[in-house]
Amino acid sequence: MTEQGRWNKDSPLYLDYQATTPTDPRVVEKMLPYFSVKFGNPHSRSHHYGWEAEEAVEEARAQIAALIGATPKEIIFTSGATESNNLALKGVGRFYKDKKNHIITCVTEHKCVLDTCRHLEQEGFDITYLPVQENGLIDLAVLKAAITDKTVIVSIMAVNNEIGVIQPIAEIGAMCREKGIFFHTDGAQAVGKIPIDVDAMNIDLMSISGHKMYGPMGIGVLYVRRRPRVRLVAMINGGGQERGMRSGTLPTPLCVGLGEAAAIAAKEMGAEAERLKMLRDRFYAGINERLSETYLNGDLEHRIPGNLNISFAYVEGEGLMMGINELAVSSGSACTSASLEPSYVLRALGVEEELAHTSLRIGLGRFTTEEEVDYAVDKIAREVTRLRLMSPLWEMAQEGIDIKSIEWAEH
Amino acid sequence: MTAPTYLDHNATTTLRPEAIAAVTHTLALTANPSSVHGPGRAARKILEDARSKVAALVGARPGDVIFTSGGTEASNLAIRGCGLSRVLVSATEHPSVLQCGGDTIHVDGNGVIDLAHLDAMLAADDTPALVSVMLANNESGVIQPVADVAAIAHRHGAVVHCDAVQGCGKIAVDMAALGVDFMSLSAHKIGGPAGAGALIVRGLEGGTACHLNAISFGGGHERGLRAGTENLSGIAGLAAAAEAALNGLDAFARLSVLRDALENGVRALAPATVFISDGVERLPNTSFFALAGLDSDTQVMSLDLAGVAISAGSACSSGKVKASAMVKAMNMGNDLATAAIRVSLGWPSTEDDVAAFLSAWGNLLKTKDILTGTAA
Repeated sequence: MTEQGRWNKDSPLYLDYQATTPTDPRVVEKMLPYFSVKFGNPHSRSHHYGWEAEEAVEEARAQIAALIGATPKEIIFTSGATESNNLALKGVGRFYKDKKNHIITCVTEHKCVLDTCRHLEQEGFDITYLPVQENGLIDLAVLKAAITDKTVIVSIMAVNNEIGVIQPIAEIGAMCREKGIFFHTDGAQAVGKIPIDVDAMNIDLMSISGHKMYGPMGIGVLYVRRRPRVRLVAMINGGGQERGMRSGTLPTPLCVGLGEAAAIAAKEMGAEAERLKMLRDRFYAGINERLSETYLNGDLEHRIPGNLNISFAYVEGEGLMMGINELAVSSGSACTSASLEPSYVLRALGVEEELAHTSLRIGLGRFTTEEEVDYAVDKIAREVTRLRLMSPLWEMAQEGIDIKSIEWAEH
Repeated sequence: MTAPTYLDHNATTTLRPEAIAAVTHTLALTANPSSVHGPGRAARKILEDARSKVAALVGARPGDVIFTSGGTEASNLAIRGCGLSRVLVSATEHPSVLQCGGDTIHVDGNGVIDLAHLDAMLAADDTPALVSVMLANNESGVIQPVADVAAIAHRHGAVVHCDAVQGCGKIAVDMAALGVDFMSLSAHKIGGPAGAGALIVRGLEGGTACHLNAISFGGGHERGLRAGTENLSGIAGLAAAAEAALNGLDAFARLSVLRDALENGVRALAPATVFISDGVERLPNTSFFALAGLDSDTQVMSLDLAGVAISAGSACSSGKVKASAMVKAMNMGNDLATAAIRVSLGWPSTEDDVAAFLSAWGNLLKTKDILTGTAA
């Protein structure tokens, strides 16, 4: 496994920053005292240890709020973005169910949003799953047409986890606000990567993940707007922590870690995005220089700088993954990649099944270097070339035969 | 001022060095346990090793363990996920269980569950039920007769959940011997980090478990019963703490010597002090007592100023001053309920901590006597 994502050539080169990011060493350093000397329970109101922990949690809350233009009271800590997405949709849905029962989301959302919506359908909600265009973005006119007077909430992710495309969040927010509908966005892949302002974008609820933004795993946030007020039914009950929206002892070190990750992102996001865009462009140019018949999945312009998703025609997906096993990259999202199903996100874009099977998601991040990019490009180009030389389909294509026109004989 | 004395280990306890090492090591790694590449598989291995260690603490099988974000989530998952609308809980349960609703099973004057009442409740109504009874109480440390609860419940066809957050890691726990179907654990009560816990589902590994549905969705982690990327460092810390706690059970049992010394010291200072539940089986580390007329808040604040951290019951979120739920359920009367304080020792506690408490508490008594004009 790689330490802090730094590559030492004995371990695989980590290029899977959309699956998880290394915890920034500065974040770890800030967290460590809260595992040892400052170990108090932030809910203990009777002694110094508790107050010290509470103060740290509140500082973290303020740091996260500052990154997204929120107020600290609007930051609800959860165990991660999956819980946040569940809480946003089920919580708001169930609270307003008697008046409105229609939810709009999109086919390329993260599994946890889609699974939650499926369960809400069983509870009697109507769900509209918006299609996406070939570039992975939703069509605002289609969204507008889907809204009814029963629509309670629209949930569209800010950035897709597989193809990195950025949805028109501000436009969706404006549309929802005008119609008096709540707008939730899964910001797990966006916050800390691109500027997000909950007021300017009219976001009412937003899910944030610690481990996708150089913070620790096991911590996330649901931003819940206070004006106009969003109300929801809690999923986890108990001590009434987090203003009753999420019970359970807050994990002080994890909160501190996410706060510090947010503070670092606020300072460094601009420069980091520029650097990653340079690396991303270098990667993409390198691949195109060496290989033909490669296809970028998802819009290039409306995309976070740290993501590429490329399909390589005329190679076999599993063979490619085996051949480049010293690169830690993913095909499809990590959550579903253990199954060998082609990615549902790519299928939603209209990518053919064979090309979907040979797609690689390349995630670049804070600790990725130019040297690593060059190494990975060379490795992939060599392997794709090698596999194509063994492929009769590639040979036929080179001879100008249209593969799709072939009528294969049945055996 | 000398180093502060921490005697609130039932709220949260000091991380064990093994847990700090595991957490620190894991935080430096980069991998999502669901990723199929090399780093992902290495992370998956950490997760599965952790599952074995946590299972070992309670005599379960690794495949019975579902990792959660903590004890509260684990109890919510069991109670809401079991699919039973009738839930019976004892009157002194933790809020994470109480707030999931249900009918209340009485406790006696010592805070011990009234088994006859449970039996009668189950006999009176044959709606399928979940019975939730904690292993040990967070405030008084009373150990409930969970095996008896399970036997009665099963005789009536009910399913049993046990919140073992305060009990496990402090006393030996064998889930099969207790006979419970679900058990909640929390890392930060046994010397692991906050933010990790587990629901143990007996028979999940062998496919003989009681029915359980997820309460959050997406991604199919933890056998589809708990969605979301696993908190790898937290889980590694939980496992290291579980292993250390299991090895340290004898040492933990010896904390009763310190606890008894503390109670004898208190008794000597104020013979009228009432020790709650001291006549029944308690955790070795917990003392819960009240001296009528000396209210809880005065004590915790004075002691904090003297550098001794204790509490007036559970570390809830309310911040409101209210009488201990435990004492209220035991019908001890309001003057005692508003005077009760909890002193809870932990694995690093020493004689010096006890001495520091007695000295500070003794000074408080003197002041109080002076203020009320009862000084000799």
